[in-house]
Amino acid sequence: MTEFLQLLFQGVSLGATYALVALGFVVIFRSSGVINFAQGAMLLAGAYTISWLATDVGVPFLPAVLMAVALLALAGAAFQHSVLRRVSGEPTFVLVMITIGAGIAVTALIEALFGADQRLLGDPWGSSSFGVGDVTINWVKLWGIGVTVAALAAYFAFDKYSRWGLAMQATAEDEEATLSLGVPVSRVHLVTWALAGALAVLGGLFLAGFPNSPQPTLGDAALRAFPAIVLGGLRSPTGAVVGGLVIGETEVMTSGYAPAALGDNFYAVAPYIAMILILLVRPYGLFGRAPAERL
Amino acid sequence: MRRLTLPALAVLAVALPFALSAAQLTTATFVVIAAIGATGLNVLTGFAGQISLGHAAFLGVGAYTGAVLGADHGVDALLWIPAAGVAAGLLGALLGPIALRLRGLYLAIVTLGLVFIAQHVFFNATGLTGGPQGRAFPAVQFGSFDFSPGKVLRLGAATIDSSGLYYFLALILLAAATAFTWNLRRSRSGRAMVALRERETAAAVMGVDVGRLKVTAFVVSSFLAGISGALYGSYLSFAQPGQWSLLMSIQFIAAIIVGGLGTTAGPLLGCAVVFALPSLLKELPFLPEAGSGGLSASDLTSISYGVLIVAFLTLQPRGIVGIADRLHRSGGNDDHAKTQKVTVTTPKEAHS
Repeated sequence: MTEFLQLLFQGVSLGATYALVALGFVVIFRSSGVINFAQGAMLLAGAYTISWLATDVGVPFLPAVLMAVALLALAGAAFQHSVLRRVSGEPTFVLVMITIGAGIAVTALIEALFGADQRLLGDPWGSSSFGVGDVTINWVKLWGIGVTVAALAAYFAFDKYSRWGLAMQATAEDEEATLSLGVPVSRVHLVTWALAGALAVLGGLFLAGFPNSPQPTLGDAALRAFPAIVLGGLRSPTGAVVGGLVIGETEVMTSGYAPAALGDNFYAVAPYIAMILILLVRPYGLFGRAPAERL
Repeated sequence: MRRLTLPALAVLAVALPFALSAAQLTTATFVVIAAIGATGLNVLTGFAGQISLGHAAFLGVGAYTGAVLGADHGVDALLWIPAAGVAAGLLGALLGPIALRLRGLYLAIVTLGLVFIAQHVFFNATGLTGGPQGRAFPAVQFGSFDFSPGKVLRLGAATIDSSGLYYFLALILLAAATAFTWNLRRSRSGRAMVALRERETAAAVMGVDVGRLKVTAFVVSSFLAGISGALYGSYLSFAQPGQWSLLMSIQFIAAIIVGGLGTTAGPLLGCAVVFALPSLLKELPFLPEAGSGGLSASDLTSISYGVLIVAFLTLQPRGIVGIADRLHRSGGNDDHAKTQKVTVTTPKEAHS
């Protein structure tokens, strides 16, 4: 029972991190219909920026995180402005391919700059923990859950109460019509990508927290948030949360209980298998609906 | 002018091995082998507009089928090369039901999962794949006609070594694959695929059997990937499961984009750039030795793949073929021009 509770907590913590990562995907998908395959690279960039500022430059941790958030938001907006803007109006296919290309380039660039070895994150929590009964609660995981809840609440408020949230949804629905109604569509895209960049820092921070550390393979872990968004349906922030938790629990529980016959590191592919099984039953995810088709 | 292009290319391709150094011929052989797989992906992505990140998995399945049949059971290459294609094609047909339900972008994610699942299986199916240490792959042998390193074929004054034999075998298979896809593109199925790419709902309304067509594109694509993978493994003679990775899938995507999506010559031209790049970059004088830290050749290669994809899509979406067409407009292929126009007049796809 103790082991189960321990795994349950780890699953919730990992699921919260995936939800944070998934929210980054959803933000972009909702405003542009693009699945951002560069999200893994952005998370990596976020984690490495914090690590570089906090350990190499010597900035205290909290300012380092805030600076990283600002830098990545700027980088996201710059990517939209200098690259994606050039292909606006092209089929979504082209934009998705561009994010794939940008992702591989940024990941390799990070590996070239910082090497393939693990780095220190420079966070104040490290492996510190406290016990509830026999269950170990790591501070970094608890903070991860807290920040995720705060970020999600902020996003829901932004989406519901600010004009930008509405503008983003309208832009996703019909870019030309939205433009003709006087919404500054290119600025909406800039804000979207800046937001995704900022979210990537938070996601990267907790993905790289104990027991992980900033290293190039973390990008693969970020890709496991894909099943989470697919399960949740690409448009739904609520779905991102539920999908994240389902995938987090799936991964942690299989790491604890999967029989040896399934092979080493089965937990790393369990999210994908769960995703394919669920998609066979519900092709648009748990919360997605089949969109109405118009010619 | 255009009537001379094809024979001229054929003569060039046949003469090429005799003009190259051993190292250059090795690179050229890998390029031609990869072009077979890229021709397949071009059907799926270039014609039918489906994004697949799973191409490496199909190459891996083909390679291990070839290895198990050729090396472990002593089957002749005349059988294991096609069998590799069939095994990969079957996997493609199995994926069909999923492909049939999912539209565009969901499919990219499912095939992303496929790469990781396939790698997991390759790492753990030790009996077939040798596990993490990797395994040896059989040299191509047609009866007593042996392609192993060290063997030489003498034709009069000319000699063809092992690399050359692989080069010509791959060239013949590539020619067959290209002829097949060229005809496919001009058939009813080919036109239906392009309709599917441009707008799925419209294609379905016009009577295109969207589901069946997607499965067809998948099977063709994965069959050619399997053949390519079998030759690739055999020519490498040794491979580890880690090789059939997401990066390999991205190499193939880069190749068809750089060459020109949906064009006939695109896959070969793109592969010539993408798969020759690593050996070219290794020659750069300013790079540090491998393993000494700093900017390594492999990092630089990955960076260039990404930059190539982004640069071509933003600046020259029709790839090298598009550049060539622009250079001598008189011989330009109408078909590409039309495709381009259609893309421009349909500014956005359904947000599926």
